[in-house]
Amino acid sequence: MTSSPPSRINVSALAIVSVWTGVLVVFSFWMSRQAYRWLPVQASTAAPLVDGLFSFETALATFVFFGVVSVMGWVVLFNRAEKYDTSDAEPVEGNTKLEIIWTVIPALIVFGIAFYSVRVNQKLAVLGPMEHIHRGDPIEEVGGFLGDRLPAEQVEVTARQWSWQFNYPDAKVSSTELHLPVDKPVTFRLVSEDVIHGFYVPAFRLKQDIIPGRAINLNLTPTREGRYRLRDSMYSGTWFSTNQADVVVESEEEYSDWLKQAATQPLQPGLSDAIIEYKQRQSEGARGWPTVVPAPAPMVNVPGSNQLPHNG
Amino acid sequence: MTLASYDPRVLKSNAPVPGAPDNWKRFFSFNTDAKVIGIQYITVAIFFLLIGGLLAMIMRGELITPENDLVDRTVYNGLYTMHGTIMLFMFIFPVLNGLNNLLIPTMIGAPDMAFPKLNAVAFWLVPIFGVILISSFLLPGGPANSGWWSYPPVSTQNPLGNFVSGEGMWLTAVALSGVSSIMGAVNFVTTIIRMRAPGMTFFRMPIFIWTVWAAQTLQLIGLPALTGGAIMLLFDLVVGTSFFQPEGGGDPVLYQHFFWFYSHPAVYVIILPVFGIFSELFSCHSRKPVFGYKFVALASFAIVFLGLIVWVHHFFPSGVPEWMRNLFMVTTMLISVPTGVKVFAWLATIWGGKLRLNTPMLFSLGGLFNFVFAGVTGIMLATVPIDIHVNNTYFVVGHFHYVIYGAAVMGIYAAIYHWFPKFTGRMYYEGLGKLHFFLTFIGTNLNFFPMHPLGLMGMPRRVSSYDPEFTFWNVVASLGSFLLGVSIIPFLLNMISSWVRGPQAPQNPWNAIGLEWLLPSPPPAENFEENVPTVISGPYGYGTGKPLVENQAAYETQSPLEA
Repeated sequence: MTSSPPSRINVSALAIVSVWTGVLVVFSFWMSRQAYRWLPVQASTAAPLVDGLFSFETALATFVFFGVVSVMGWVVLFNRAEKYDTSDAEPVEGNTKLEIIWTVIPALIVFGIAFYSVRVNQKLAVLGPMEHIHRGDPIEEVGGFLGDRLPAEQVEVTARQWSWQFNYPDAKVSSTELHLPVDKPVTFRLVSEDVIHGFYVPAFRLKQDIIPGRAINLNLTPTREGRYRLRDSMYSGTWFSTNQADVVVESEEEYSDWLKQAATQPLQPGLSDAIIEYKQRQSEGARGWPTVVPAPAPMVNVPGSNQLPHNG
Repeated sequence: MTLASYDPRVLKSNAPVPGAPDNWKRFFSFNTDAKVIGIQYITVAIFFLLIGGLLAMIMRGELITPENDLVDRTVYNGLYTMHGTIMLFMFIFPVLNGLNNLLIPTMIGAPDMAFPKLNAVAFWLVPIFGVILISSFLLPGGPANSGWWSYPPVSTQNPLGNFVSGEGMWLTAVALSGVSSIMGAVNFVTTIIRMRAPGMTFFRMPIFIWTVWAAQTLQLIGLPALTGGAIMLLFDLVVGTSFFQPEGGGDPVLYQHFFWFYSHPAVYVIILPVFGIFSELFSCHSRKPVFGYKFVALASFAIVFLGLIVWVHHFFPSGVPEWMRNLFMVTTMLISVPTGVKVFAWLATIWGGKLRLNTPMLFSLGGLFNFVFAGVTGIMLATVPIDIHVNNTYFVVGHFHYVIYGAAVMGIYAAIYHWFPKFTGRMYYEGLGKLHFFLTFIGTNLNFFPMHPLGLMGMPRRVSSYDPEFTFWNVVASLGSFLLGVSIIPFLLNMISSWVRGPQAPQNPWNAIGLEWLLPSPPPAENFEENVPTVISGPYGYGTGKPLVENQAAYETQSPLEA
């Protein structure tokens, strides 16, 4: 067994490694600041928590990735064999101490991340977004709302192939545009009439699949006024891509005005891009393969719009 | 080139030999030689890679503009479904099984697989279910169009109501693919356990064999769940049962458990042998032993164990309870520990080595680069709160294409170049190989990096049109995909022309250590026949001067003609 010579502490090597590590740490920190800019605006109480976690992991990811790439770069630059050199390198077969270190340290880091994430999960659960009915409770058994502990505004969300409908049972208003008062908790009761859909508002950092045959409750609190996109995040068939709606977060006065105004309006067909495209497709001779026919547009007080510029 | 320069045993056998009479015919027959089957698998797989890639380029053509303007939405949905299905079931599993067939018997000194006929049946199922899958394009209802997950109820919506539907054919093909893979797995595991050369203890096996063993164990444990789920869904579709239909009391989320119980480990079935390839190639082309051999070998089985208990991370936003989210987050993150062991061991292997930057080495280094990137975004995806935001967005698409194309396919290219001389008896052209590498590496990053910012911004996956704010990164990704399409040309040119008229390969062109390099190039049908060598040391003696087998010189100097 040939033992490799004990590695001498080379001062200049140590200096290079320390300086480079310092550069990487600074760069990772800078990246963690940048990470916030890659995400949509923060429009719910959940968003800062999620973004904080993402920023933290971006720093770690940057350090690990560029650390590994630095080693690879060094090796590729300085450890290449000469053109006609066919000899072997120094046969270093392992170093148990090093191997234990690089098993234990990542394990500790991973437990650290997991601990941090579970904490964030718990906070999110208190805020609402992670709380829901999860077993196959039939809709009729679920009946009312389970979000009783929160004095929340209640909105019924119905997803279909391919439209969204929002009912405000207290105000007896229905709409295909979701209006919410800022800084007020809201409880959604999510129901699907056909396939699995996904309730996803990127600006809220929030997503929940809507499973047919169940009613799922979801709580959140919007924190920023503006117009945001709600997207269907679970593939739901031909016009999945058009299954979007706008979410308008507004001040409490504007919101109650909107509700009052809406209650006076007669029912009319709501928004459904799928129906528009379907009619156009039929008139052009329906090229392509057969499709499920879109559900009729829901009859609502306020169709709203999905053509206005949105903030995220 | 004359035939006389080949080993006479090679010529009379039905092994693959360029220039031998009727050489091509043996690839179209029910041949039980693992080396023929290996090349059959790889060739068929690359054929389907071209089809799957073409579908992807049409999709990227659609996505280069925000509007839905190139293909009808139903066609787009069929395209993305078939792209995923073809790439996974028709390309990546078959190409890996091809490498398994070539490498397992030769690396462990076995004459062939344990069950040669089963092996051939497993292969011939591939073109059968391939034809079933592709012919569903011709049905009046079109092919399956609910994604490669095929989640009910959307997958059981059958607008024409025909008994034979694209979805039905898709499920049949997937179930057959499962049967084929189980047959393969039984063969590979048995061969590795029972047919090693004398003296090759478990801790003298090459790392590639360790990783294949681990991966195929996963196949055996996981596949019955997917195959069972596919059959249940087929029943829901054609005979109206309601395993997963809510109106009949079924549970659609149950299917997601069946599906991901296999399909998450499937990712490890794909990536584990690629880890093995990296270990082999880094060691050989930097002329150093694999660093921490035992740790690296055992880490494979740690990955198997953890890989079986992480599946729920694919549907955190679905109807799963809080405790499940936390539990599966922790198990998922733990996988990064054995994976990290492997990454650090590769770095330590190449550190201070004498690197030869030939095509296989370049592909391995590029694959490692991409894999580390995929790894750090994987940790983000494992984190439940982040996953809730990016689940089902392009962030996920970017992540897994870095794993599957960036790491696994690059590793597979590396393996094809590295072992091409051994199994064809011809050298490939280094210049074309390097061109292939640079086009692939640039194309991969150009295509798949932009998907990460898109996902963070909230662009859902599987859309055929999108809001205008996503345009910039989509244009970049589309250009990258067209570059990837171009990158395949030097590869095909290189493989075909080298196979036909490349310079004849020596027995051991890389001066590599391993039983396969003690065989003639190409090896005869029964490999070592009666002269199976006795292994006397570990598999990576680079720089130690220790012989691998008893009487090594006889195997090394043995000119094929004297044998």
